[in-house]
Parts: sequence; structure tokens; C-alpha cells
Amino acid sequence: MNASNVYALETIGLCKQFGGLPATQDVSIKVRPGERRLLLGPNGAGKTTIFNLITGDRPPDSGRIRLFGEDVTNLPTHQRAHRGMSRTYQIITLFPHDTLEHNVTLGLLALRSSRWNIFRPTSKDIHDEARRVLSLVGLEHLADRPIAEIAYGEKRRVEIAMALAQKPKLLLLDEPLAGLSSAERKSIKSLVASIPRETTILMIEHDMDTALDLAESITLLHYGKIIVEGTRQEVISDQRAREVYLGH
Amino acid sequence: MKRIAFLSVLVAGLFALLPVFAGDFYINLGSQIMIAAVFALSFNLLVGYAGLTSLGQAAFLGLAAYLSAWLTTRAGLGHGSAALLSILGTILVAAGFGLIALRASGLGFLMITLALSQVLWGLAYRWVSVTNGDNGMTRLSRPQPLGISIDSAASFYWFALIVTLVSFILIAIFVRSAFGDSVTGTRDQSRRMSALGYNVWMIRWITFIYAGFWGGIAGLLYVYYNKYIHPTSLSITTSAEGILGVIAGGSGTLVGPIIGAALVTFLKNYVSSYLERWNMLLGFVFLIIVVVMPDGIVPGLHRLQAMWRARK
Amino acid sequence: MQFWIIQSLNSLALGGLLFLLASGFSLIFGLMRIANLTHGAFFMLGAYFGASALRSYPWLNFWIAAIGSGLAVAAIGGVLERLVLRRLSEKPLGQVLVTLGISFIISDACLVVWGGDPIPVSTPALMRAPTFLFGFAFPTYRLVLVGLAVVAAVALYALLDWTRLGAMIRAGVDDMQMTRAVGIRISRLFTAVFCLGAGIAGMGGVLGGPILSAYPGLDADMLPLALIVVILGGVGSLVGAFIGSFLIGFIYTFGSALFPDLAYVILFLPMIIVIAFRPQGLFGRRPA
Repeated sequence: MNASNVYALETIGLCKQFGGLPATQDVSIKVRPGERRLLLGPNGAGKTTIFNLITGDRPPDSGRIRLFGEDVTNLPTHQRAHRGMSRTYQIITLFPHDTLEHNVTLGLLALRSSRWNIFRPTSKDIHDEARRVLSLVGLEHLADRPIAEIAYGEKRRVEIAMALAQKPKLLLLDEPLAGLSSAERKSIKSLVASIPRETTILMIEHDMDTALDLAESITLLHYGKIIVEGTRQEVISDQRAREVYLGH
Repeated sequence: MKRIAFLSVLVAGLFALLPVFAGDFYINLGSQIMIAAVFALSFNLLVGYAGLTSLGQAAFLGLAAYLSAWLTTRAGLGHGSAALLSILGTILVAAGFGLIALRASGLGFLMITLALSQVLWGLAYRWVSVTNGDNGMTRLSRPQPLGISIDSAASFYWFALIVTLVSFILIAIFVRSAFGDSVTGTRDQSRRMSALGYNVWMIRWITFIYAGFWGGIAGLLYVYYNKYIHPTSLSITTSAEGILGVIAGGSGTLVGPIIGAALVTFLKNYVSSYLERWNMLLGFVFLIIVVVMPDGIVPGLHRLQAMWRARK
Repeated sequence: MQFWIIQSLNSLALGGLLFLLASGFSLIFGLMRIANLTHGAFFMLGAYFGASALRSYPWLNFWIAAIGSGLAVAAIGGVLERLVLRRLSEKPLGQVLVTLGISFIISDACLVVWGGDPIPVSTPALMRAPTFLFGFAFPTYRLVLVGLAVVAAVALYALLDWTRLGAMIRAGVDDMQMTRAVGIRISRLFTAVFCLGAGIAGMGGVLGGPILSAYPGLDADMLPLALIVVILGGVGSLVGAFIGSFLIGFIYTFGSALFPDLAYVILFLPMIIVIAFRPQGLFGRRPA
């Protein structure tokens, strides 16, 4: 556990409106290094919007974002990746016609300076590393198949593999369990649980039961605002949490 | 990569034999095909590999051609320095056009590239004092690379063949490089590429400039071959012929554009000898290709090959 | 002083014509996400229809010729949309290339049918005498043209804001999926809008006849102007098309008068400046 006071991720008063509709209202989150934080909330609560603000996909209307103490609010998305941020997507956005190995290779190449080399092909050691990462998620046997040909659950694993390949300091998982069978959920859960503490995890899920096992602390959102925040126990037993999920 | 280089040298060697068997008409046709091939390859960098459909590549072909013509006739420069300065000028303009066009993507990008190239076309027509307007610039000369004259049909053909071979190999290297991987990545999933850490804008801008460079090379070949330059070289028809070659042959492959360019050049030459309606035919061919064979011939053949294998 | 006033009027007239051209293009792009490169050819086709009709039947009323041409071009546009564009509904790139091909076909066909010489269109008799305002003589027709453009703008605005068709168009421009989900027949809407855009362009060709006449290459001259207006004004925005048209009308007219060699460059300078600061154009909602 590190002794300094720097948060892995800190958002301060993030606000975002879409054409008059407030999607994010004054969201301030503090995630400590190594933490496993869950962003919970019913559909439309604004969870993916917050992710998009954190990654830089969209600019906030107001508020600031700090990554390990550095203000990244005005930093473009690709530079946040170089500061150690990785994310997966709710909808599979892999490269469908390329092989699994090529997909992960692209993830690895992204942070190397050799990506600017207009003469030499991507070096062999990157390809080897990609295969190694695939074997970590149990997909090495499919390394040469195109993404379009593998099962949905396997695609989800590739998504996570691509993000993990970059050895991120902050990993954002957007509904990693969506659309999976219960066997597949178990396998993804154990994969996420095995991620080392050097990587801080911020995860979105709207299905309470399955995600609770992975989270140590929870931020509950509703209509873009934080309703409750705290440890798993605290949030589960909180009256307002029940209202959000059962009351409406 | 070594295999590609070896094969392409072999094929080029075969083509080099053409002047031995054929007369000037076919040799000149061959030269025209090669100019079209380099142009189509430059187009394909944008359309097939970067996923950026441009309708303005003719701007770079025509610009390099006009710059060379002007520098050799009005500024009295030798061909060597004129070629260098023309390409340099084309690259600079490509960088500028890229800055503007890349503010948009998709159809907006297409419209801006079209508008920009039409502006150069209009400039070539109006700025008569510099470009001679609709009369074009005539009685231009061909360079003498290493002191060798390329005035005969055969000698120019071999010159064009060497240039085309070199351009093919260099573009193949580019496309297969690590940077090339990032280019096709931005074509397929640009948002994810950003999130992974790639500077998508910079990747596109560099590719745009590189495509402009090769468009300029095609322009130099064009002006040396014709010994004449006219605003039509900058027109949307020229861009349309280029992009037709790419989509007919198959974008996203290395060889497709060359085959497509050959087909379009054949068609244009034969039609010109029988009818005057090349533009109309071009339009119809566009329709047919886009509606019936949108992936082009080379991927179509690959598909046939795969189907054949599956049957066995 | 005379110079400035005459050029201003010319600018307004050109702006009016550009609006007739660009409004259709902007609507088609905004709703159908098709960059209709045939639009210049529609304008030219309308000009040829009107010019040749007026030449063959001199007793024909100018305005009837204009409306008739507009309807004819609208019909052609509709056939095009149903037979060809609809087959490529999921491929925007294919659609653009097809409209390019069709523009080649139309422009070559015009050359075959009407030959290489321009066909002039005479100003309607009632408007040949100049109008005297503030002590200056103004070509009446150009004044009328400006008025017509304003009428067209108001009519389109009324269509979009007050009719059901307009509501459907606006819904489609804003959110296509939702519009489909609500059960609106998108295919009919598309055909209607394409016909409308083509028809306005065709009519504009005739209305521009007294100033431009009908000549081969008119399409290639007009298309980039339409593109520049729409890029600058913002895709899908009628206000943007209106303001953009007049802005470009002024810049092009004065630019051509003051720096004839470089008129084309001056033309696209404002487009560059606008795009540099606002990629979505002056009034557009998302980048083109």
C-alpha cells in the first residue's frame, strides 16, 4: 500500500450536458492506487459518459480530472494512454478482420516509439509478447484466427487482454460481463481478480449481483449524480441504494 | 517483403520485354498504364489503407506537373532541380490541404478534398499569365536522367517502368511497416486506436502527405510523357479515373490498384478511338462497379479462389 | 460608387442562385447523409431544359419554363434515387461515387443533345427595363432573383417548421434511428427530399439562365460552389446555406472583379478559416 496521498484517479466536479440534458452532474470521485472500484447504477445513470470524460473521448463542460496527481483534463485521449490509462468497451470494438495476435500486437505497439517506423515491420518480439499475453488469458490456441470467427465470450477476453497488455496503471472496464453466459462470467471474474495491484481498476456494471464480488468499494450513480459511495458493505445496506434499484 | 520485392522485380523484368515485341502504340499504352498505376497507388494509400476517401488526388498530380512545366520553361531551371522543387512544392501543398481536410472525416473530408482540388483546377484555368489557361503549356521537354535520353517511346517506357517498380516497392514497405499497421488500424477502429495511444490525426496527416508525394511523382511522369500540361489534369475527371482504378482493382491490396488502373487505361484508349463519349462511359463504369462489384476485382478473385478451395 | 452598387447587386443575385443550388444539397446531405455530387448536373440539366424550351417555343412563359424544368429534374432525381441510390443504402461511399458517375453521364448527355455552344436565356420581357432606385439603374431581373431566393428560403423554412413532411425531415436529420423506430416511412421521405432538392436545383438552373445561360461545364462550375457554401454554412442547416450562399456570392463577385486571376483562391479562403475554427461550419451541428 503506498504511503503518499496521490490518488490514482481523481475527478473534481465533472459536469456534462447533452443538448440540455444533464448526463453528468458534479461528479467527484477519488480512487486510491490499487483499489477495485465499481461504478454502479441503473441504465442511463451516466456511467459510460463518465468513462468517456475520463478517457477524453468527450470534453467535460466543467470539472477537472487528475491521473496520479497530474491534471489531464486537457490532454487528448491518446496521451492519456501513454500516462497509463487503458479501457475496454461495452460494445466490442476489436479489429474484426485481423487475427487475435494482430489485435493484441496493435495494443502493444501503441506505446512503443517503433510505431512511427515507416520502414521496418512490427518487430518479432512484439508479436511474441502478444502471444504471451493471449496465453495468459487462455487464448493462445486461437492466436491466428480472425476476430470475426471467435465466440463472443472469447472476444471479451481479447478486449481485456488488449488492455492488460499495456500494463496499465489505471484500467477502466466498461461492462466486462455484458452478454456472457454464467460459465464465461466466472472465467472473466477470475481473470479480473488475478490482475496485480499495480493496476488500479475502475469498473462499470449495472448488474449488482455479479459485479459485487469484484468490487471493494462502490460509487452508486443515478441520473448522473453520485447517490452513495463507500465500501461494499456500506453501500449494500444503504437505504438510498435500495431506493435506486427497487423504488423507481 | 523480400518475396514481394523479388516477385515485383521479376514481373517488371517481364514487362521490360514489351518493346521487343510490340509497336509504339502498345509501348505508349504501357507507359500510360504505369502513370495511371502510380497515381492509383497514391490514391489507394488514402482510400484503401487509411480509410480516407479523397476525390482530390488530381490536385497533386496536376500541381507537380505544372510546377515542373513552369520551372523548366519560365524559370529556366534544369530538370533535376525542377523535379526536386516540384515535389517539394507538392508536399508542402499536401501538408496544407491535409491540415484543412482532416478537420472533418468521412463525407466531409471527401467534400473538402474535392473543393480544394477544384480550386486548383479553377486557378489553372484563370491564372492565364502563369499557366496559359485553357491552352495549356506546350512544347515541354523530357529530362535526361543520368544523361540518357528518354525521348523515344521505348526509352520512356523503361524509365516509367523503373519508377513504377520503385514506387511499388517503397509503398509496399510503407504499408507493411509498423506505421502501416497503425494506418490500417485507424481505418478500422479509429476510436479504439486513440484509446490505445495512437495519435490518429498525425497518422492520417502523414499518410495524406505521403499520398500527395506519390501523386506528385505520377504528375512528373505525366508531364514528361505528354510534354504538355492542361487544366484537365487537375479536374475531377482525373481524380475519378484514379479512384475508379482503385475500386475496380480492389482497394486495400497492393496489386489491385495497378490492375484497375490498367483496365481503366485500356478502356479509355479503346473508347477514344471509337467514340468521343469517354465521360459518359466512365460514369456508367462507375455505376456498374459500385453496384455490382463494390470490392473490386482482386478481392473478388480471392473470394472465388476461397470458394473453389471450399468445394474440394 | 456605381461599381460598388452594381457589384453588390450582382453578389446578391449570385447568392440567391447559390442558395437555390446549395439548399437542396444541404437538405439531401443532412437527411440522407449523401454528398450528392450530381447536384451541379441537376442545375445544368434544368438550365438546358429551360433554355431549349424557351428557344424552341418563344411564346412559352419564362416562369412556367422554370417550374416545368424543376419538375422534370425532380422526376429524374426521384428515378435516380429509387433505382440506384436505394440499392446502396448502407454504403455512403458507394452512394457518393455513384452520384459522381451519374454527373458524368448527365453532363456528357447534355453535350450530345445540345452541343457545345452555350444556349442563352433571355430575360423575361417584363423585367428587361431597368429599375431606378436612389438615382441608379439596376438590372431588374437581378433584383427579382434576390427576391425569389428569399421567397424560396421562406417557403423551405415554412415547409420544415410547419408541415408534417417538414417535421419528419427534421426528425430524420436529428436522429435517424428514432425516426425509424417511430414508424415513419423513411424510404418515401428520402425520395421526397431527393426530388425536392433536385427540383429546386433544376429550377435554379433556369432562373440563373438570364445571367449564366446554359453551357457545357456549368455543372463543374457550380458544384464546387455548392460544396463550399455547405461546408462553410454547416451541413443540414438551411440558415447556414442561406448565409453561406450570400457570403460566398459577395466574396466571389468582388474577388472576381478585383483579382480575376485569383478569384478561385479567394473563394475558398473563408471556407478554410471557418473550418479551422469550427469544423462543423457556421451553423452545422456536427462536423461534416
